[in-house]
Amino acid sequence: MKKNWAFGLLARKVGSMSLKRIALAFWEALWPPLSALALTFLVGGGIIAAIGESPMEVFTLLFREGLSSFDGFARVLNDATPLMLTGLSVAYAFRAGYFNIGGEGQLYMGAFAAMLVATALPGAPRLLAIPLAILAAATGGAVWGAIPGFLRARFGVHEVINTIMMNFLAVGITGYLVVHHLKEQGQMIPHTPEIPEAYQLEGFGRSGWGQALGLDSANPLGPSLILALVAVLVVWLIFRRSVEGYRLRVLGLSPQAARYSGISTGWLTVRAMAASGALAGLVGVHEVLLYRHRFLDNFSSGLGFLGIAVALMGRNHPLGVMLAALLFGFLNTGALEIDIFTEVPRELVVVMQALVILFVVSASELASRRAARRRKEKAA
Amino acid sequence: MKVRLSGLSKSFPGVRAVDDVSLEYEPGKLYALVGENGAGKSTLMKLLYGMLPPDAGSISLDGTSLRFKSPQDAIARGIGMVHQHFMLVDTLSAAENVILGAEPLKGGLIDRAAARKAVQGYADHFHLDVDPDAPMESLSVGEAQRVEILKVLYRGADFLIFDEPTGVLTPQESRFLFEILRRFTAEGKTVVLITHKLDEVLELADEVDVMRRGRYVGRVSREDASAEGLARMMVGREVLFRVEKGESKPGAPILELDDIQLDAAPGQRGLENLSFAIREGEIFGIAGVEGNGQRELAGIVTGLIQSGGGRLLFGNETLEKLTPSSAREMGIAHVPEDRQKTGLVLDMDLGENLMLGQEGDADIGRGGLLSPSRIRRRGQERVSRFDLRAADLGQAARELSGGNQQKLILARELAREPSLLVASQPTRGVDVGAIEAIHRILIERRDLGMAVLLFSSELTELLALSDRIGVLYRGRLTAVLDAEGCDEEELGLWITGAKGGIDVA
Repeated sequence: MKKNWAFGLLARKVGSMSLKRIALAFWEALWPPLSALALTFLVGGGIIAAIGESPMEVFTLLFREGLSSFDGFARVLNDATPLMLTGLSVAYAFRAGYFNIGGEGQLYMGAFAAMLVATALPGAPRLLAIPLAILAAATGGAVWGAIPGFLRARFGVHEVINTIMMNFLAVGITGYLVVHHLKEQGQMIPHTPEIPEAYQLEGFGRSGWGQALGLDSANPLGPSLILALVAVLVVWLIFRRSVEGYRLRVLGLSPQAARYSGISTGWLTVRAMAASGALAGLVGVHEVLLYRHRFLDNFSSGLGFLGIAVALMGRNHPLGVMLAALLFGFLNTGALEIDIFTEVPRELVVVMQALVILFVVSASELASRRAARRRKEKAA
Repeated sequence: MKVRLSGLSKSFPGVRAVDDVSLEYEPGKLYALVGENGAGKSTLMKLLYGMLPPDAGSISLDGTSLRFKSPQDAIARGIGMVHQHFMLVDTLSAAENVILGAEPLKGGLIDRAAARKAVQGYADHFHLDVDPDAPMESLSVGEAQRVEILKVLYRGADFLIFDEPTGVLTPQESRFLFEILRRFTAEGKTVVLITHKLDEVLELADEVDVMRRGRYVGRVSREDASAEGLARMMVGREVLFRVEKGESKPGAPILELDDIQLDAAPGQRGLENLSFAIREGEIFGIAGVEGNGQRELAGIVTGLIQSGGGRLLFGNETLEKLTPSSAREMGIAHVPEDRQKTGLVLDMDLGENLMLGQEGDADIGRGGLLSPSRIRRRGQERVSRFDLRAADLGQAARELSGGNQQKLILARELAREPSLLVASQPTRGVDVGAIEAIHRILIERRDLGMAVLLFSSELTELLALSDRIGVLYRGRLTAVLDAEGCDEEELGLWITGAKGGIDVA
């Protein structure tokens, strides 16, 4: 059944495109991230060797935890969950031609809004509480994305500058409110009290089937992964199959053509940035409802920025973002192992993440230049 | 300098752009190189200019065989090329642009006096009127082109290649350019003019070389050349130059402009008191030198620009606030002037381009979701109806020839049976065969009752297609003429303001 469906999809594609062109498109989409990855391991290996450790051993460690047990893989998935959301967020805005650097601020606002709703309506029944909190997280992020979108559409203020400033605002405002007004009594840690039980999501490790599969009861992986996967699917559907997605792409590729074709470009810009912000805001579900059950000041440590890297690595394609988030999940999980078992500092992983980004950006640029040159030669 | 090309070939993935071409150029003559878009003219000249390496064949100058690795090599041998798109720095002066990359030095510093003198010298000698100290951004397109020519001369070129030089020029500027070209050949320089405008060729060229689909078809001397003959060589079949059209049967007014105003702004010509009506089943042409308000008028009628006063009536309805989408809803279709940036999304495929502005149509989707199979079926139907010679709907619009791109836009815009089509420069940069097809389509639709508001800088085209012609001069409508009994001479007087010009203090 499944095979038939996939084959049908392929056959339909072939109907409008030649097989050769599909293969070429695949190759063009895949070689930049793959070659970047290879280069990263090459350079990373060089650094490890310079420290005096064996690169092979360190790389094995990097993936050992994630690949050796189901519990380890679940930890990788858990690390990948927020990155999928922030990566999708960047990819979504990019589809419309905008560079949303504000994922960090948007996810703070999403998390804060989820916490606020849970605090304000402690008596809500569970069936209502969870959807309400998810909606709040999305809305918090959406508002924080829509503001720079509006400023861009109405006054032409560049969204890169806008969104960066909005990040500072979000961290500052939530930090102030948590430290001075919402902090749990008698605690040194600047976090809010635990949210009511109706709002709390449980990790899979707590469930019977999770334990049957070999998950540790402390394993953090939980339903937010499903939320992220649904988000991947929905964004993919919007990009591939919807009128909205078509318009986003027209706007991203040619604002002039978008205006000519009757698209209300200002309103679409606000919508795109709001949707992008909502995706980042959903990280709040993972953070507040599942992971901590509360809002911790300054919790993110750059998940929003890492989303830019994930989107770049995934070439702004929802499925690519999913895979890239998984890779970054491996790197994060493996960092701990490296720290414990070798002399190599765990910061090496941060270095490697940075290298991946540098190489992907360079390779993508190279790819688009090559494509442009080929077009030019063909046109001449 | 005698230049000889023997057996030059160049292939790109999927195309033989230049196929075994051999040619000889004598000094002191003006050669035209004609052919449809994609015939390989520009590629052939890029091979000669060192911009592309040939796959096979050789180039020799005065009997010595040479291999150019880059344009620098070609320039060093006295070959220069003036490109269609200028390569100039806006913030530098004319003289600075000319010497850029070949600066005369004195003690390690640029010798500005010498540079200025040299530039002025060439300018005076060939009557290339440009103020060497003027900043580039203050110059007109014609002047910018003269700076490009000066660049080539300054580097000592004896063999000058011009790629579609008149495409960006007004008729007056073109005349001026032709005189300069004649001076070059009088001094023994060789000029090659890449073009597809046959009237220019017949007027200027000593010899005409024709290419078709990468192959060299032959050389015709001017005495033996005729527009029909050259067109046949270019296209490979007979081409109708006269547009065959019957009497128009105009009906009720479709669109009325009543005292339309627009304030001038940077990059925007103001419009004053525009009033006229376009009727069903008629082609209303707008004549004017570019920049006299055509773009603004087209913008107002299609909702892209909001007028600053006056009324627009469509049918019997007053249009309050016209937007591009409400214009589409009402049945106003638009073939925009800049087809590559505005009319198409070049990086999207044909199927996607065929639905631009119609992505919300009920026949290709439901509830905000699109049906790929329906999109394809509708696209296929449009492709065959408008004889778009494209391989498949998955091809990027960028890969189409200019003529096919324009037909793609027409196919899309006409598919919804609009009652008014606003067409700006529908045949600019389009090859002879496609021009013929586009003209035929416009006339057919007119006969079916559609109204056309046609903007064109080609007076022959306006006269051939239009039933009535309005003249725009400095943002005002100075005349509405019957196309019947009007000629280019007459129109030329109107559009330059010699007739009906209002001196604005």
